Amino acid sequence: MAKSDVKVLGAWPSPFVMRARIALNIKSVDYEFLEETLGSKSELLLKSNPIHKKIPVLIHQDKPVCESLIIVHYVDEVWSSGPSILPSDPYDRAVARFWAAYLDEKWFPSMRGMASAQGEEAKKAAVDQFVEGLNLMEDAYVKLSKGKPFFGGDKIGYLDIAFGCFLAWLRVTEKTSGMKLLDEARTPHLAKWAVSFCADPAVKDVMPETEKLAEFAKLLAKFKPAPPK
Amino acid sequence: MAEELKLYGTWVSPFSRRVELALKLKGIPYEYIEEDLHNKSPDLIKYNPIHQKVPVLVHNGKPIVESLVILEYIDETWKNNPILPQDPYQRALARFWAKFIEEKILPLAMKVTNSEEKEKEKVVVEMFQLMKVLEGELNGKDFFGGESIGYVDIVATIIAVWFQVTQEVIGVKIVSEEKFPVLFKWIEKLKSIDVVKECIPPRDKHITYVKARIEAALLKSAPN
Repeated sequence: MAKSDVKVLGAWPSPFVMRARIALNIKSVDYEFLEETLGSKSELLLKSNPIHKKIPVLIHQDKPVCESLIIVHYVDEVWSSGPSILPSDPYDRAVARFWAAYLDEKWFPSMRGMASAQGEEAKKAAVDQFVEGLNLMEDAYVKLSKGKPFFGGDKIGYLDIAFGCFLAWLRVTEKTSGMKLLDEARTPHLAKWAVSFCADPAVKDVMPETEKLAEFAKLLAKFKPAPPK
Repeated sequence: MAEELKLYGTWVSPFSRRVELALKLKGIPYEYIEEDLHNKSPDLIKYNPIHQKVPVLVHNGKPIVESLVILEYIDETWKNNPILPQDPYQRALARFWAKFIEEKILPLAMKVTNSEEKEKEKVVVEMFQLMKVLEGELNGKDFFGGESIGYVDIVATIIAVWFQVTQEVIGVKIVSEEKFPVLFKWIEKLKSIDVVKECIPPRDKHITYVKARIEAALLKSAPN
């Protein structure tokens, strides 16, 4: 397949973009990575995702696929001869999808909430939701991995990707807040899983280094207008 | 092993009625349990401890929650009368539109209902824009699923039915025949399907329910 047959529109700091790239890496699909510049959106992005104007966008044979988890499903279904990303059993798939939805709808917003929360009370609420989420994921890991290294078993799968993509930002949040969030004492399995995930061949080249991401976070803060008083 | 399938839902929840629609389209027998959300059953809390919401589908003792997750589970478990398209690109599009409805249209609809008079007009205009986008997706087809209803139609019944009722109560018209002729026609076609009719709350009861909820919300937010 020609390399230009598959393109990913994205940016290296985005956990959502990472999901698409990890999925393609698992399937050993060559793709062209087209980086968007912070603060502006390319013509191709606006044309490919006119409704949301967001990354990631996967472009396969000139057809755009939007939304990171939809892209992961698409990659799994198109390159079906490669290693599976979604579990094979429908119930296991439902459970993985449930947790991925939970992460996107409840947990990740609480991580962002920790940074943007105004006032002690709001900050504490965000931290509590965030930590509760980690505890839930620790239990989920124990149940789903069944003693194997990943949520997906022997190899990384859908939920590993959906969750693991946030690890670099989690580390940056630990740095800026001075709090230990992924704590070996509180969530020992997750702490171990995080190391394995980041070392996985499909992941390590697309997972940003914490230092580099922390610098980017500072830059991003400058772009964002100050919250209203 | 005998198949055991239970659905915990409420008569007025568009999310649990979606699941019923999918089950009926595939002719799958199930036991329905009506929940009182002011007095949640121990079973509901046991099967959905995190969200404690309906719908919950329990298949041979194993719970599946979140309506979109349940719809995909049903489609993957009972392969007759498929809900999602077979082609991966079409599937991606169907999932995209379902997400668009859930994450963009539904929250804005709530804003339409709950916003103050002066904000309402602006929100309604935003809603018109979203409806235009959605209408564009129908693009000459009878249904989002093509010649017969599919995943997006099932998810969009909330627009075809629940929105109409709320909007009638609050006196705002979003999908009028003049503004959105294609969507309007889709709604008529959808509501004429027998199995869809079985999964819609009785109109009068629904109107009474929505009126009561809006009044209760107004009382709560009324200045002292």
